[in-house]
Amino acid sequence: MLGLYLHRESPVHALPAGWKLAGLAVAATGVFFVTGPAPLGAALLACLGLFALAWLPARTAADQLRPLLPILLVLFAAQAAFADWETAVVVTARVCLLVLLSALVTLTTRASEMIETLERVLGVLRPLGVNAGKLSLMLALTIRLIPVLFDLVQEIRMAQRARGVERSALALLVPLLVKTLRMADTLGDALEARGYDPR
Amino acid sequence: MIELRNVRHRYGEREVLRGIDLTLAERRVAIVGSNGSGKSTLARLLNGLIVPSEGQVLVDGLDTRKDAKAVRRRVGFVFQDPDVQIVYPTVEEDVAFGLKNLRLPRDEITRRVDAALERFGLTGHRTWPAHLLSGGQKQLLAIASVLVLEPAHVVFDEPTTLLDLRNRRAIARVIRDLPETAIVVSHDLDLVAEAERVIVLDEGRVVADDAPGPAIAAYVARMG
Amino acid sequence: MTTLSTRDLVHCALFAAIVAALGLLPPIPLAFIPVPVTAQTLGVMLAGALLGAKRGGLALVLFVLLVLAGLPLLAGGRGGFGVVLGPTGGFLLGFPLGAFVIGWLAERLPRGGNVLTLFVACALGGIGAVYALGVPWLVLVGGLPVEKALYGSLAFVPGDLIKAGVAAFAAAAVRRGYPTLAAH
Repeated sequence: MLGLYLHRESPVHALPAGWKLAGLAVAATGVFFVTGPAPLGAALLACLGLFALAWLPARTAADQLRPLLPILLVLFAAQAAFADWETAVVVTARVCLLVLLSALVTLTTRASEMIETLERVLGVLRPLGVNAGKLSLMLALTIRLIPVLFDLVQEIRMAQRARGVERSALALLVPLLVKTLRMADTLGDALEARGYDPR
Repeated sequence: MIELRNVRHRYGEREVLRGIDLTLAERRVAIVGSNGSGKSTLARLLNGLIVPSEGQVLVDGLDTRKDAKAVRRRVGFVFQDPDVQIVYPTVEEDVAFGLKNLRLPRDEITRRVDAALERFGLTGHRTWPAHLLSGGQKQLLAIASVLVLEPAHVVFDEPTTLLDLRNRRAIARVIRDLPETAIVVSHDLDLVAEAERVIVLDEGRVVADDAPGPAIAAYVARMG
Repeated sequence: MTTLSTRDLVHCALFAAIVAALGLLPPIPLAFIPVPVTAQTLGVMLAGALLGAKRGGLALVLFVLLVLAGLPLLAGGRGGFGVVLGPTGGFLLGFPLGAFVIGWLAERLPRGGNVLTLFVACALGGIGAVYALGVPWLVLVGGLPVEKALYGSLAFVPGDLIKAGVAAFAAAAVRRGYPTLAAH
């Protein structure tokens, strides 16, 4: 399955997804009670230690932060201007720590295992008429349909380019939605033809 | 055996089937007709996906209106576009889907999935994501996912329309070799010619019902 | 509350996949403004306007779950828990709420609404509800001062207003062609 998972033989990878999620929740809450630069620095080092334990190079860790660079700069500048340097360092380090820890969970857990774990956690949606079976069917269907829809989007853009209306968002969306809704009718039939019973 | 008794079907004001009486007992039946002739609706009537506005459809004596669930277990349905029929991301999960709906024990599911993948030459692609398969392989997967349920009859709704010549021939061979009864709705005349009996539909009525030779000739004549 | 039919499940999965597919697109350049706009929030608005509160919200819950699970479905190929726990995570969590609010409003429009009323629904849900989670998150997680977070986000409002307009036009056009959709 497509995903951000990087396979290694490591104790971090071997830990069940549920444990990793629980650990992340505890750490993410705990981080807000750490206010000094020194303990935060230590926590960041420990976090990089976990990356090493998972056999992930420091570069992979840096890659997680790169897309956030602009917003981190804004954050740092805002804090430095409105508060003081120390607060600016603490706030920025805290965000980096949160992002790195959660990226570590994502990088070391297969999407399929994560989905199973999330499904279990989400018994909460039961009052909405969603049960675990339906949720897992919908998630699987979505994963199956993403490449189908991506191809469809490319196909429609190609057709619109041929007609010279490439820059119009409406010329993409209307045929995309109409085709998708027609697919929905057949997909519903296909599920029921193979004995799927929503009750 | 599938019987249609004075079947009429309407979508709103538009009547698409105007009185169909048929008894389908042959091993290979083909239904041909132009776009809008009502053949897709007819196909969907055969496994109870649609119930007729008037008249009755009986599958081995079961009325599709009353026993929809039992009928669907007896009649498999293969759609034109495998992309709207394959519902799970990987090959083996998709083949297992219908078996899970039957709530079969896990080891029986594994055994039947193995056999179906073997039968359609997909064993090597077992854990593949479905979207990486070729068009022909996707159609084979769609067929495997239906036949793994061991239906007594299989309805194919234009199974070769989206395929190239090589894959069209491969799918035609697969259909020819099926032990199950097959009803093929198509305007692929090569595929239709392999049936024992060919029914020509036009504007919601049966206009020819014969051996392939004369029936196809009647169809071609009608198309102008 | 009624349970979900097979068709409902399919609609939710399809719209979650549409939001993902729109994120895989290079940003759509809109003809009349120079700023390229990512198409993903368009998907949020369309899901709400076409599927209604419950199914639209659920479609976006599916999308967020898959992002959490580590699929790189956000524009630019991002995904995973890092996005949610980062400073802009609130906007992602605002997607299901936004679709729900748009759907709730759209369901209450007479005869399914016209372009103008659908635009208002898309703007209220797609901007109001999404920012209602996104901005406080910037403040709490990012530690930004409130005014700063608010003004920074305002820069994206013009683009989002245009998206609301596009979504309203598309939803109205599709509803004319698919009247059965609103009948749920």
